[in-house]
Amino acid sequence: MPYMMAGYPDWESSSAVAEAYAESADLVELGVPFSDPLADGPTIHAAATAALAVGATLETALEICEEIGERVPVVFMVYANMVLAHGGADVFARRALAAGAAGAIVPDLPLEEAEGVRTAFDDAGLALVPLVAPTTPAERRARICAAARGFVYVVSTVGTTGERDELPAELAGLISATKEDAEVPVAVGFGIGTPGQAAEVGRVADGVIVGSRLVRAAGEAGSADAAAEAVGSFLRETRVALGS
Amino acid sequence: MSAVEERFGPYGGRYVPETLIAALDELAAAWAEAREDPEFRERLATLHRDFIGRPTPLYLAERLSEKTGRTVYLKREDLAHTGAHKINNAVGQVLLAQRMGKPRVIAETGAGQHGVATATACALFGLECVVYMGSEDIRRQRPNVERMGLLGAEVVPVDAGARTLKEAVSAAIRDWVANVETTHYVIGSAVGPAPFPALVRDLQRVIGEEAREQALAAEGSLPSRVIACVGGGSNSIGIFTPFVDDAGVELIGVEAAGEGLDTDRHGASLGKGSTGVLHGSLSSVIADEEGQILEAHSISAGLDYPGVGPEHAFLRDSGRASYFAVTDAQALSAFSELSRLEGIIPALESSHAIAWLLENGGGAGYDVLCLSGRGDKDLAEVIERGAGGGAGG
Ligand SMILES: Cc1ncc(COP(=O)(O)O)c(C=O)c1O
Repeated sequence: MPYMMAGYPDWESSSAVAEAYAESADLVELGVPFSDPLADGPTIHAAATAALAVGATLETALEICEEIGERVPVVFMVYANMVLAHGGADVFARRALAAGAAGAIVPDLPLEEAEGVRTAFDDAGLALVPLVAPTTPAERRARICAAARGFVYVVSTVGTTGERDELPAELAGLISATKEDAEVPVAVGFGIGTPGQAAEVGRVADGVIVGSRLVRAAGEAGSADAAAEAVGSFLRETRVALGS
Repeated sequence: MSAVEERFGPYGGRYVPETLIAALDELAAAWAEAREDPEFRERLATLHRDFIGRPTPLYLAERLSEKTGRTVYLKREDLAHTGAHKINNAVGQVLLAQRMGKPRVIAETGAGQHGVATATACALFGLECVVYMGSEDIRRQRPNVERMGLLGAEVVPVDAGARTLKEAVSAAIRDWVANVETTHYVIGSAVGPAPFPALVRDLQRVIGEEAREQALAAEGSLPSRVIACVGGGSNSIGIFTPFVDDAGVELIGVEAAGEGLDTDRHGASLGKGSTGVLHGSLSSVIADEEGQILEAHSISAGLDYPGVGPEHAFLRDSGRASYFAVTDAQALSAFSELSRLEGIIPALESSHAIAWLLENGGGAGYDVLCLSGRGDKDLAEVIERGAGGGAGG
């Protein structure tokens, strides 16, 4: 389940990356560039800033979703202020759905703040995917899972997004516990940057999300074709490692 | 034990990554307990008196009164240790961090006053201190950067965006997300996710409690107006809170109009903002239609912020407080004016409140104005603008 930043490093490249994902991903996590992404580490933060600088907007993300949404499920990664801005969650949900999205992850909308947005999304038929962190107490995790739509996103490490040399030893336990709580699939993201790490996580989780590593690849490629090629080959390698 | 408020009308809340929720719960519980614990209160009161130098005076500014045609008292937070009200919050939160067993403290700073205050409190309690500061603010508030170094804090420059306060807060929150188990984040204003806005207000309300008592003692009646500058809103909420139930007292907040409210270079989050989420709470923010947060602008680093504490958004909507804005130029001239009239060099932030007063004098009753800090840190910036010598005088 690869992540990409809409409009990064430019419209053409991100469209090419989306095409590559549509061919080989099980689900695409589509980042909407935001000015103040608090859950993101340096790579994705810089990508958001760069995307905004070349004029990317929510509209850019919606267009990319339209391009690939019929071939692969698309879930937006979008910050709360953009969901709540102009018109509120119903308007956002309707626009996302019209573009063919399956759901959205709102990384700064924890359980207590989510009810109104979840209701609006439910009414429109868009899944609000919640997050569980290593710091989430067990009782709270169960409540989060009970309100989950689509899947549950397990944050692998205490921290922001970004590649890491090692994943925490307690991760497998967290994934298993979340699977027990959840009736929907459980995917894991944050810090997974190699096919080997993906395979390790994939042995326990239902889905593996790779973000910063692929954003970096798209940014370093130099052209739209090279970006598509770089992320495509990473995805193929990861599939082999995952044995899927 | 009463719970710490999370919402002020529709505003406030906790719009942060899930990773932080457990820490915010822990902090809220710790504060609900500490604020009612006689031992904690006694320790804080002793520190107020012996370390910060409280109560700060309520000073009858005679020449300023003459100039404005009404009686004006200045609440002298500039005389608090480290030179601004920020120390009230920093000492309280660092004491709380120590009580919670957190060995490491982080903070953001704009004008450098909150960074200096936090570095000071950490030196006092022997805690590790890391301060995030935008590189533009490092440039314009140099003396405070040096003070933080002397106090043993590490200052981390932040190069994102406009390199000012907004980005420094974001960087501090990211650090907190990664180190939440060992670290307490001492946020510098009445902003951020719950319980911070209420926690900071509780720690700053000492300004208003003292001022109310001092004003009654001096005049035998309540002031007709209480005036304070508004960046994130901590000195203002601190002085407003004890007066909120005094229906006859007008509460006036003064924001930064920067280069003018008709330009896009200002910091008037309440006057020109819209409802939105920034740094973990729903409040009034300067954002575009899509929800992207815009850069603020103010000559004063402490008001150069596109958000504001959620309780102010609530006070604005309810009509209990009124908010106005003054420009960079007006603040600069008030800076010189107060220096010459009273022998008090005010912080550029506080100069905004003075500037509003200078334009709104006369009439019955008297005023209490929060002089939130002293202006030593601003000299280089003011002189660079060529305004130090005589613009206002
Ligand atoms: C002296 C002084 N006054 C006012 C402010 C603005 O902050 P607040 O609105 O939280 O009081 C600052 C912030 O740095 C400051 O240093």
